[in-house]
Amino acid sequence: MANQKIKHRLAKDKLMLWTICIFATLTAVPLFAILGEVLLRGYSQLSWSFFTEPTPTAYKAMKAIEAGEPIPGGIANGIVGTMIILSMAVVVAVPVGILCGTFLAENRKKRFAKIVSYLTDLVQGIPSVIIGIITYIWIVVPMKGYSAIAGSVALCIMMLPLIIRSTEETLKILPASLKEAGLALGGNKARVMMKVQLPAAFGGIFTGVLLAISRVIGETAPLMFTALGCSFIRWSINKPISAVPLLIWEFFNDPHLQELIWGASLFLLIFVLTLNLTAKYLAKKWNQ
Amino acid sequence: MESIIPILEFKKTCVSYTKQTMAVKYVSAAIERNTITAIMGPSGCGKSTLLRAVNLMHNLYSNIRVDGEILLNGENILLMEPIDVRRRVGMVFQRPAPFPTMSIYDNVLAGFALNGIHLSKSKKDEIVESNLKNVVLWDEVKDVLNKKGTFLSGGQQQRLCIARALAMKPDILLMDEPTSALDPIATKRIEELLLELQKKVTILVVTHNMGQAKRISSRSMFMYLGELVEYGDTETMFSNPEHERTKAYLIGKIG
Ligand SMILES: Nc1ncnc2c1ncn2[C@@H]1O[C@H](COP(=O)(O)OP(=O)(O)O)[C@@H](O)[C@H]1O
Ligand SMILES: [Mg+2]
Repeated sequence: MANQKIKHRLAKDKLMLWTICIFATLTAVPLFAILGEVLLRGYSQLSWSFFTEPTPTAYKAMKAIEAGEPIPGGIANGIVGTMIILSMAVVVAVPVGILCGTFLAENRKKRFAKIVSYLTDLVQGIPSVIIGIITYIWIVVPMKGYSAIAGSVALCIMMLPLIIRSTEETLKILPASLKEAGLALGGNKARVMMKVQLPAAFGGIFTGVLLAISRVIGETAPLMFTALGCSFIRWSINKPISAVPLLIWEFFNDPHLQELIWGASLFLLIFVLTLNLTAKYLAKKWNQ
Repeated sequence: MESIIPILEFKKTCVSYTKQTMAVKYVSAAIERNTITAIMGPSGCGKSTLLRAVNLMHNLYSNIRVDGEILLNGENILLMEPIDVRRRVGMVFQRPAPFPTMSIYDNVLAGFALNGIHLSKSKKDEIVESNLKNVVLWDEVKDVLNKKGTFLSGGQQQRLCIARALAMKPDILLMDEPTSALDPIATKRIEELLLELQKKVTILVVTHNMGQAKRISSRSMFMYLGELVEYGDTETMFSNPEHERTKAYLIGKIG
């Protein structure tokens, strides 16, 4: 009797396990399907010049296609643009985000902190296209032109909530004894934060920054309103500038350049996946 | 004059976490210089709460009220700047808490860094060496000073934390069950260390291990439900307790 019951239970356990395995596999299918598709289509385009040369003109591309040669040029203008836009966004978003997250973690019970925390959640939910159009009104119109600066403002707004949250959450899960031990030695709150709490939270915050970068690096809509695009490598921050996701959109719209879509996509995908994996790895290492 | 004023004196000290209840009720006691004073009592009787009042840890939480007076060398600390008080009152916590991102070397010097005090390299070396020798840790760690403090064993970590507190040359060292997370051998070493250290610093130690109180303290407090029931020489208290409650606790009937 009892034996029967146990057998029945074990069978149920097994069934559950199999169901879970099947669903887990199913969720992985899209990821591998996407990776495979982009890899198959894109890998043949990757070459040294793909990363060092700017986008070819439609005319050059047309000539190459007519001659049956591979399309010359690459996405260097996009890579340079993405790096410029992104580094300016990071330079502002990281310190501001950490400061704001620190404030929220340290003043949990204050009304003002609760409001800011709520607003942070709201900003995180704003569709990126709206952030794009708002930045257009706020930056592009007064500056009388599209620019890398405007692009980085848009990405900065999108990164801030993520960095604020990860800072706040990481500081909150640190044991209270750490802060108390610092204060018990006579340190003031700011020094204990700088020398004890923030260093201890570094892993979590860094992970948050990486995730924020990987979240915005593929954003296209906000850059359409702000950075616009540029067909050659440009280093100035107050002129229209290119970015990798913008290039993918441009390639898609130009029949002569469509071959370049997949190389650019593969580059972007690998970049984002690497950032994500690094972030996961660091988070895991930190939690040990 | 100096000798008449006790190093630390509680005067009708009360601490409450909520409006309705008091966790420490009207405690009055004078602590003697260069002794180890043990605070005993069953779990939840207010030992930690009383101890944490001495370095103004309660100031960190807006809901906690501290009333009465706590005099440090005759000066009421409740009216002083927390930072000034904490520099003169060291604290060692129940769980060893070396700063995880700092090396052993930097952990010893953490108090200076946190107070914004800059020291020359030779002065730093001197402080690290003398304080690690004070806690009998120097020989074990002198070759790994640049490793993280968290690599050490629990007992070593706790001695590192004591060294970190002593480096600031406090008048008083507060310890909240400093050995409860340690094995018997590490506990014994810390106890021997405290007996040695009392020559330099006054120690106030919370323990719910009666054997420990008996072994190391010369004076003992017995607390019950937030009140200080009995305070006196440890030997007298253990051999001839004045109050029924103390007696019941000591023979294991409560707690
Ligand atoms: N942070 C807190 N908030 C509210 N009540 C607390 C807090 N800490 C301790 N208490 C209460 O105060 C009393 C004394 O606690 P504590 O001083 O930690 O006791 P002990 O250290 O003797 O075990 C207990 O009743 C406990 O529940
Ligand atoms: Mg306690």
